[in-house]
Amino acid sequence: MHPLLPGVEGYMYPNEIELQWSILIVLYPYITGLVAGAFILASLERVFKVEAVKPTYRLALLVALAFLLVAPLPLQLHLGHPERSFEMYLTPHRSSAMAMFGFVYLWYLMIVLLMEIWLDYRKDIVGWAESGAGLKKWIYKILTLGSRNISPAALRIDDQVGYFITLIGIPSAFLLHGYVGFIFGSIKANPWWSTPLMPVVFIFSAMVSGIAAVMLIYMLSSKLRRVQIDMRCVDTIARYLLYTFIIDFSLEMLDLIHRLYEADESLSALDFMVHTRLFFSQVILQILLGTLLPIALLGLIQITKFAEKTRKAIYVATGCLTLVSIFAMRWNVVIGGQLFSKSFLGYTSYKMDFATREGLLPAIALILLPFVILYVLVKLLPPWPKREAAA
Amino acid sequence: MKEFFRNGEHLIRVLLLLTLGVVAFLVIRRAVVPAEFGKYGHFRPGAMDDIRARPVKFAGHETCEACHSDQAEVKSKGKHANVGCEACHGPLAKHAEDPSSVVPQLPDTAVLCVRCHEANQAKPKWFPQVVTAEHSGGVACNTCHKPHAPKIGD
Amino acid sequence: MEMTRRDLLKKSGKFILLTSAAAAAWEHVLAGNIESAPNYDVTKHWWAMVIDPEKCIGCGNCVRACEAENDVPTGYFRTWIERYHVNDADFEHPQVDSPNGGHDGFPEKYHDSGKTFFVPKLCNHCADSPCVQVCPVGATFRTPDGVVLVDQKYCLGCRYCIQACPYGCRFLNPKTNTADKCTLCYHRITQGLTTACCEACPTQARVLADLRNPKDPIHEFLRTHSVQVLKPQMATHAKVFYRNLDGSVR
Repeated sequence: MHPLLPGVEGYMYPNEIELQWSILIVLYPYITGLVAGAFILASLERVFKVEAVKPTYRLALLVALAFLLVAPLPLQLHLGHPERSFEMYLTPHRSSAMAMFGFVYLWYLMIVLLMEIWLDYRKDIVGWAESGAGLKKWIYKILTLGSRNISPAALRIDDQVGYFITLIGIPSAFLLHGYVGFIFGSIKANPWWSTPLMPVVFIFSAMVSGIAAVMLIYMLSSKLRRVQIDMRCVDTIARYLLYTFIIDFSLEMLDLIHRLYEADESLSALDFMVHTRLFFSQVILQILLGTLLPIALLGLIQITKFAEKTRKAIYVATGCLTLVSIFAMRWNVVIGGQLFSKSFLGYTSYKMDFATREGLLPAIALILLPFVILYVLVKLLPPWPKREAAA
Repeated sequence: MKEFFRNGEHLIRVLLLLTLGVVAFLVIRRAVVPAEFGKYGHFRPGAMDDIRARPVKFAGHETCEACHSDQAEVKSKGKHANVGCEACHGPLAKHAEDPSSVVPQLPDTAVLCVRCHEANQAKPKWFPQVVTAEHSGGVACNTCHKPHAPKIGD
Repeated sequence: MEMTRRDLLKKSGKFILLTSAAAAAWEHVLAGNIESAPNYDVTKHWWAMVIDPEKCIGCGNCVRACEAENDVPTGYFRTWIERYHVNDADFEHPQVDSPNGGHDGFPEKYHDSGKTFFVPKLCNHCADSPCVQVCPVGATFRTPDGVVLVDQKYCLGCRYCIQACPYGCRFLNPKTNTADKCTLCYHRITQGLTTACCEACPTQARVLADLRNPKDPIHEFLRTHSVQVLKPQMATHAKVFYRNLDGSVR
């Protein structure tokens, strides 16, 4: 905290030199974004009747659940007193967006996601409870909640309620991730964050990342299962990825153009920051490689006919680029917002440790954990029809 | 309706579970939320008492002057009249509480006086400041200046 | 002989002291245990501070006094001093420095004709504090007498308040893992003492004020001087008033 720390340029208020929100707080919106995006993809089929993406419906829900379960962990690791985090439920401060998160998260987890998964799987769960063995049988039995009614009437009720839940799930998903954008966007002290566009930008970039994630996981899991990829499904997903990307990019450009035009007191400081400390992560990674290139590639597919193999390669490439791009976007918002001084007279740098509580290592572990959970979920609640056993 | 209860009974179980959860939460909340939370606003009033119970380290010049009235008398007539005792002598509430327990140590004049009076472009022009190297050539400040009546001739 | 004189002084001192509040405070100091002064009424005070940068000599007494009084960890600052150097009309680009927050004074740096001055800073104890607004659990709050405090037993250490403060006055205390900042020496002012920084300031560049006290000199001061607050556009209703604050101050 000595002001002569290398990495400080110009003047920072003495208490500003050290960053408060670390890579874990970059990870958190990234993870909830994947949840919201995956859920929106699932709702495409259920509510908007885009039948082509049906093969990914259950998978998208499980992906959303796997990531949602991990979402609070980076926050817990970050808190000075994680053992006090329950206070957010006990005495939530109603003027604080962060306080409302606890309830939005709970609502989304319990009422939307778990209910929707349960209702969609219930018929299979009852079947597995009867035919299964050992520990798995008991898990399924608990999951049935004691009811074995899978008559057509019951299933029809399930379907109607499920539809309704997906319906309210869409604004709920927007709320889940939109509020994260609001947490940043409502801070008048920080001009990099303070904009009404923030929740909207967050939501659309979340959708982009979620759709790309489900697309990649679907393609990867099909390859691992040695099952043919449903190209009609993947082509449709890629198309929605393109549309969402265009909207996302437009919103980000709108924010940029606004800032450049209004040229308020913060502009020169922010502009300098983007051209120096954030150049690689924002200009190269997020914009050029992470947005313009994927949009160009996906757009190309819409106007030119490519062979299946080529399309698959493009989808994998753009999917990966997208995931990196949206992570870079979160990085640029969270870390970027703390690299410049609120006096607009200086800059600091982010020193990320490796094996400490908020270091790179736990961040890597936390981004891998959802895949472990997803593996367990896929084994427990297979999202694809059982293949006939080889004769 | 009857059909719903027959075929939607699993949903009622869910509702029951949720209600149980909400009730459990409310019970826990009643037990765990600190007493009188919200009395003055959205916070625990005990926090104000916690902070008020912190120990005082600086006694305040009025406390010093009660015992050291002779020095106070001298100082009040000189240029340092408005410089608090503890501004130079440091925090001495413990000494005021039990004078023999803590004997105040005065820091070296080469550090103490210089902190205020070393010439600096940022200091206001009305403030007496010197380049100590030229002014005293390394001689201790209190060789010529009496700290409680610093102006030579007072 | 010494003991009797001291005893006499103790007793008579209690009566000759200027304010009864100081007498009460002195009593508590002598008694050794600090219990809340029983006659302190939170509704009768509205705390503020007046700072005159033209009186500040950048000696760092306030920073050191605050550190001693409040056990502020090294490298973090509940109050600090900034030195500004402004060339001619270039308000937009002052050169600012704060070596170790001004804790050990300021080494001479400028030898030119630019305008140079010191600005002490601390928590502004805003009446409409954005930090209080964003706290998720109510661990930071504004007291009825206008002081913004942190409940060290309740704070989660989420650091949202640190992000929300426009003035950079908050930090995360590494010893308590909670948010921390200037308390306006609440433990002192509720006993009739002034803040440690004001007590230690040799030029009275910083003066504690009570807006709810009709006899407080601040009322006349505000009436007769040009005063500013930091970042008025943030509408935080800061209660630290600066006299003749230069336009270059951030």
